[in-house]
Amino acid sequence: MSEAVLETKNMHMAFGGLVIFEAIDFSLRRGDRHAIIGPNGAGKTTFINLVTGLLKPRAGEIWFDGRNVTQDTPQQRVKAGLVRTFQINSLFKALNPLESVMLALLEREGRSKPSLRTVAQEKPLIDEAMALLDRFGLAGDAFSITDALAYGKQRLLEVVLALALKPKVLLLDEPAAGLSTQQGHEVFAKLADLPGETAILFIEHDMNLVFQYADIVSVFAAGSMVLQDTPENVRASPRVREVYLGA
Amino acid sequence: MSATEAASQAAAPHEAGRDYFASLARWKVWEILFWATLAGCYFFPDIDRMLMSRVIIWGLFAMSLDVLLGYRGIPSLGHAVFFGVGAYVAGFLGKFGWTEPISGLFFAMFVAGALGLVMGKLVQRVTGVGLLMVTLGLNLIVFDFVLRSTELTGGDDGLQGIVIAPVLNYFRFDIWGRTAFWYAFVVAFVLFVVTRMLLKSPFGLALIGARENPRRMLTLGAPVEGDVSRAFMIAAALAGAAGALLTQTTQTAAPTYLSFQRSADVLVILIIGGAGRLYGGFIGAIVFILLQDYVSALSPVYWYFWIGLLLVIIVSFFRKGLLPSVEQLYDRLRSRKSAGPPG
Repeated sequence: MSEAVLETKNMHMAFGGLVIFEAIDFSLRRGDRHAIIGPNGAGKTTFINLVTGLLKPRAGEIWFDGRNVTQDTPQQRVKAGLVRTFQINSLFKALNPLESVMLALLEREGRSKPSLRTVAQEKPLIDEAMALLDRFGLAGDAFSITDALAYGKQRLLEVVLALALKPKVLLLDEPAAGLSTQQGHEVFAKLADLPGETAILFIEHDMNLVFQYADIVSVFAAGSMVLQDTPENVRASPRVREVYLGA
Repeated sequence: MSATEAASQAAAPHEAGRDYFASLARWKVWEILFWATLAGCYFFPDIDRMLMSRVIIWGLFAMSLDVLLGYRGIPSLGHAVFFGVGAYVAGFLGKFGWTEPISGLFFAMFVAGALGLVMGKLVQRVTGVGLLMVTLGLNLIVFDFVLRSTELTGGDDGLQGIVIAPVLNYFRFDIWGRTAFWYAFVVAFVLFVVTRMLLKSPFGLALIGARENPRRMLTLGAPVEGDVSRAFMIAAALAGAAGALLTQTTQTAAPTYLSFQRSADVLVILIIGGAGRLYGGFIGAIVFILLQDYVSALSPVYWYFWIGLLLVIIVSFFRKGLLPSVEQLYDRLRSRKSAGPPG
């Protein structure tokens, strides 16, 4: 049994009077491929926003890598290795994929402070960026403006940007949204190749992807975590069926 | 792209990446031509060298705004504050005995840059229209302060009795603007080179990234707000240098140097030339100042009518300003040429 790398303890969240989470206890173990599923409005994206610090919980604690990060800014969490992607592409439209990945790498290495060294002098990082793009089949598009890339490639770039930060935990908000079934499988196959120490937590609606690639599945519904179990058990659970189809 | 090129890229993607950034950093032929032509102006017979040094100073001033607006996407309606502060600091130094111009210039840059940093801290969380209001408000406050503090600044009459020693203790500022031209040219060129390096550095790339998508930069762990104040500091120091140059080359400093009108003019210059290109400010200054000189000699009263017309025409037909439009035209011509005639 490996230890938890990301935990929420009694996390409570509400927007005004609307309670999103009553009190959620969640844990993600190091190296896990962990899926969050649940009907629309179950608070899945809100959960990711809370964990990454875009939102502040009303009560409770968030622990990451053995440290209480509840009060940390989003940047501090990123620096600590907690990295996310967005459900809707959030990229640098006027830059090309190489420049975008370089932004991530330079930030990771803390090399973006004002200086008179040109980006061209960062040769090892440029090579790393090209290798990353190559691994995700984007090397041929490295010099095209991001805005002109096909949607599927933009989705991939979204994942590459997050990976470039060498995260300990990678949070993927519907990485396959808007992709064809085949493209979705390609994205997940690439993710499955990642080194084992990177834990991946992903929100996904496509159950085929979830059951094929997740080691463990959490089911969110109506402000609480209904179930956390292996894909087989989740698939068999009558409780899950009830949540999705209504009682 | 030709087939062989594509093949070599597939074989060595790493080389292609290095080449790409190297080509971004490399000086282009047209850049060298631009600076050589600007320097060469000096030797034209009958050229007004005082006017040309003003063009260079305005070009530097507009370039400083480009760091904020073009590269970081922050509009400012109060950029003349930094120009004016640089001008008055250089003026005070000259008035009270520190007449050496180069150290005076550095000191003016330092003060303007420090003010820019404070301003940046104030506005780093503000965006959009709010930003316009805050920068405009600050401009009005500082302008009013300079205008009313007659004891200190001479008010409307400007700062009197500024003495500037010869540059390098040798080149005296003369009425023909010979020293003024070379002094302004060399300072502007050196500051341009430094700014160019800064913008081609990882920091410059991060500014563009934050311009494109600040939220995403945050999730990459970038200090987005801190970079705003750093960009303000750099832009302010450059604007302060431009102001100091104007004071030192003319031995005057007047409240109009930091009027709102000047903030608007520099914005117009940058937009005419094209923001985000580093040269847009200089191109805009050449067009604007020479036109201003020409038209105001014909009809001093209607000068802003013509500038207004020019602005409308440029924004309607060239959208992003002169320089980007020329670039597009050039790219189109070149791609047509390389594609070869059809059939």
